[in-house]
Amino acid sequence: MPKIGIIIDGNRIEVEQGTTILDTAKERGIYIPTLCYHESLEPYAACRLCTVEVSRGGRSKMVTACNYPLREEIEVKTDSERVRRIRRTIVELLLASCPNVKIIRDLAKEMDIEEPRFKKEENDCILCGLCVRACSEIVGVEAISFVGRGVDREVDTPFRVTSEACICCGSCAYVCPTGAIEIEDKDGVREIKKFHASQPLERCKVCGNYFAPRVQIDWMTKKLNLPRENFEVCPTCKP
Amino acid sequence: MSPRKIRNKDELEELKASILQKREQKRTVIAISVGTCGLARGAGEVMAAFREEIEKHDLSDEVYLRETGCHGFCEKEPLIVIYPNGIFYHSLRPKDVPEIVSETVVKGNIIDRLLYKSLTGEKIICEEDVPFYKKQKRLILGNNRKVDPTDIEDYIAIGGYSALAKALSMSREKIIEEVKKSVLRGRGGGGFPTGIKWETCRNAAGEPKYVLCNADEGDPGAYMDRALLEGNPHSVIEGMIIGAYAIGSAQGFVYVRNEYPLALKNVWIAIEKAKEYGFLGEDILCSGFDFDIEINMGGGAFVCGESTALMASVEGKVGEPRAKYIHTTESGLWGKPSNLNNVETWANVLLIINKGAEWYNKIGTEGSKGTKIFSLVGKVKNTGLVEVPMGITLREIIYEIGGGIIKDKKFKAAQTGGPSGGCIPESLLDLPVDFDELTKIGSMMGSGGMIVMDEGTCMVDVARYFFNFLREESCGKCVPCREGIKRMLEILTDITEGRGKKGDMELLEELSEVLRDASLCALGTTAPNPVLTTIKYFREEYEAHIKDKKCPAGVCKELIQYFIDWEKCTGCDRCVGYCPEGAITGEKKKGDTYIINQNKCIKCGVCLDMCKLDAVIVR
Amino acid sequence: MNFEKVEEILAKYGHKESQIIAILQETQTNYNYLPEEVLKYVSGRLNISLARVYSIATFYKAFSLERRGKHVITVCLGTTCHVRGGRKILEKIERDLGIKAGETTQDFEFTLETVNCVGCCAIGPILIIDGNYFGEMDLEKLDTVLKKYSAG
Repeated sequence: MPKIGIIIDGNRIEVEQGTTILDTAKERGIYIPTLCYHESLEPYAACRLCTVEVSRGGRSKMVTACNYPLREEIEVKTDSERVRRIRRTIVELLLASCPNVKIIRDLAKEMDIEEPRFKKEENDCILCGLCVRACSEIVGVEAISFVGRGVDREVDTPFRVTSEACICCGSCAYVCPTGAIEIEDKDGVREIKKFHASQPLERCKVCGNYFAPRVQIDWMTKKLNLPRENFEVCPTCKP
Repeated sequence: MSPRKIRNKDELEELKASILQKREQKRTVIAISVGTCGLARGAGEVMAAFREEIEKHDLSDEVYLRETGCHGFCEKEPLIVIYPNGIFYHSLRPKDVPEIVSETVVKGNIIDRLLYKSLTGEKIICEEDVPFYKKQKRLILGNNRKVDPTDIEDYIAIGGYSALAKALSMSREKIIEEVKKSVLRGRGGGGFPTGIKWETCRNAAGEPKYVLCNADEGDPGAYMDRALLEGNPHSVIEGMIIGAYAIGSAQGFVYVRNEYPLALKNVWIAIEKAKEYGFLGEDILCSGFDFDIEINMGGGAFVCGESTALMASVEGKVGEPRAKYIHTTESGLWGKPSNLNNVETWANVLLIINKGAEWYNKIGTEGSKGTKIFSLVGKVKNTGLVEVPMGITLREIIYEIGGGIIKDKKFKAAQTGGPSGGCIPESLLDLPVDFDELTKIGSMMGSGGMIVMDEGTCMVDVARYFFNFLREESCGKCVPCREGIKRMLEILTDITEGRGKKGDMELLEELSEVLRDASLCALGTTAPNPVLTTIKYFREEYEAHIKDKKCPAGVCKELIQYFIDWEKCTGCDRCVGYCPEGAITGEKKKGDTYIINQNKCIKCGVCLDMCKLDAVIVR
Repeated sequence: MNFEKVEEILAKYGHKESQIIAILQETQTNYNYLPEEVLKYVSGRLNISLARVYSIATFYKAFSLERRGKHVITVCLGTTCHVRGGRKILEKIERDLGIKAGETTQDFEFTLETVNCVGCCAIGPILIIDGNYFGEMDLEKLDTVLKKYSAG
């Protein structure tokens, strides 16, 4: 891909055409806060926290850094006054919705927000969609999705009962930034309460520890078309 | 007789001539408007009565009863126009029909009482002389009264598909050049130059290319597209075929909201008919060009009027918008180059091809060419659809066409652009209606909804209404829109319920800035417009609510009280029976004993509506 | 459960993913609402994950996952109908039937819904019952209309 010249925070640099502002910033150690971004997933641009200011020919506009492709010469400001105001309000709005979520409280502290000016609720989910996207794009089973619309939007399984497609792998909990999704492995069973999942775990043939849900192994053998023997030993014991 | 596919321009001309000749035999044509709103007012029964009477008088060979879509003068439905003289009768009941047939149709006599009476008392006979229509320039909507939407031959008889025949003989570049020269701008609200959009799509890399028609008219108060699709679907289809040809697309989609069942039905019929006659399908008019149209239905989501959300919906997903940093003309439906235009935009294409860009350019203003159809509704005397040249002033539309405010009350504001638009005060009534002029003052043209409000409308309540609407319609994906609109609604609700506090307006303005700058799609970025324009032009009303806890317009329930006016009350006791809370008491026949118990009153307004003496007042 | 009708509808729309809304709409008309088993069936036949089908069924306002009443009353709350008193009409019906918008009466006679504009703005406030439009609704007319549907 051809290279183009852009200015980012006053510095002139060369980037490969099509690179996103966020990727460019990360490469150069410029901090842009994000919530719904994950390097292994397609950018979703829902949290809007990575908003930056771009200008060209005297006109400027606000765009999200995670999915804005640099295709022509523009100037990018990752920390202008306007950008700060926007980020601050977004965090304030999230703080009012999820006042007990650590990652939001940390961001609020960073931005000197003490109390939100809105009535507080008690949500633990910021609707970033990382769990939904991981389940769909990486795992590929699509066991959960966004349910409802607007302020009633939530993440759940179909009909809010145990999903037949769920392989209890726990990827959703792994990517969740707020801790709203908890996995509990106890007595040979894995429970992901939020998504009504409860599945027995298999033991490792070598060390005897529980390591993966049976349904996950079933799914992997089918998907990868490999014999079951390949999945009888846990990652630690595998040669 | 099964139709033979039309193979070229000459055959089309021949068919048109033969249709016209066949119809010459019927000396009288009665065009009756039976669109959705006509039917809601009883036009169905009137039409049935006509069928019966024509049968009874044995006039089937002489009289043609044409069932058309909306003519635009919705206030006066059920209405008919009797040709060849263009006699206009309105507000009809089935019992009027026998007389119309025996007197006007058979004998040619005019029935006075069914004529339109102008505001000066003058009786108007001809439809074209009716003041409501006179000031309009009905280039597009005017054809509604000339066609039965389910009869393609009506459409061909007025020159239908001749633009297509002409276009297919032009080069694709020439067509795009002509549309560019016309400066046609999107009629859906964005106002983007159509020619440039077509050109970008044509030049984009990727196959196949798609053309779409956005018929998800969701702005409350706007129904121009419904009337066009119900009444003259072929005009939209023809525009799409021309566009598809120019862009190089073989597949089109019409996305109609499910709240428009008649439009869905008529578009479907029109597509089937067009296929039969060879205007759609393979090798159209023997040009080698293939094009097909599929219909998609909306599911009750205003956000699907946004182009990327619409496309997601067509892809079989939820209507969630996505970023437009890469335009849909480059990567749209299924990642392919897609050209989406509004219903009215497609209908405008025919005029440009038939009459040329130069002719089209003469209508309108420098920045906004052509005509625009508006739905003029609310507290105006003549409500309905009006088609006017761009550049006409709001005053002319509301007073000269609309006839002014109902009961001659005071004009307060005109709301244009739906939830993305703003409220325009009296001081700006002489503003020319034009894309850029409306945007300059904080509103926007939008799809064409024009809601007229009088002194009895509370502007804070209007802002709250729009935020309630947007809260329900937000897809919920992005934080500024989902959370921001929710909180702004909370503040506005507090204000209308007497809990407003100092700093509320400033907080609304602050949140507005973030919504405008950081929302993912236009639903969020334009959401602040109603609140910003009402704060700008009606600040005193906000202050009255916040500081004085009063609603000057007498609308906000928590801030008003209902009283019985003893000077007007006669003690008829009617309101007592209707009050759901038993809050009204009094001695029958003694008007000055009736009182409303403020502790029991729930401000439902039933007593006000039921009182025939205007004896209930609101303060 | 008999899926013959669903299969008919799927075939009518060519088993196309892009026609999911029309398919679900017609299915709902047929079954009165969208039962869980039917959604599972559609998911299987169209090869769309159940999660996505459920997502669609809960996103679009046109769909109901709960059984609806014999008669569906829809009150338009578009801007013009609102300005002309649409809210009052809704509140009166809510009081008369004892339910809120979005709910169904206990005897499954009526379901009350609202809609944000049906495009009949010139003759608002609009009331739609079982697909029949009633314009210029007021509290008096309302009583008459509701009585007609309560009886039959």
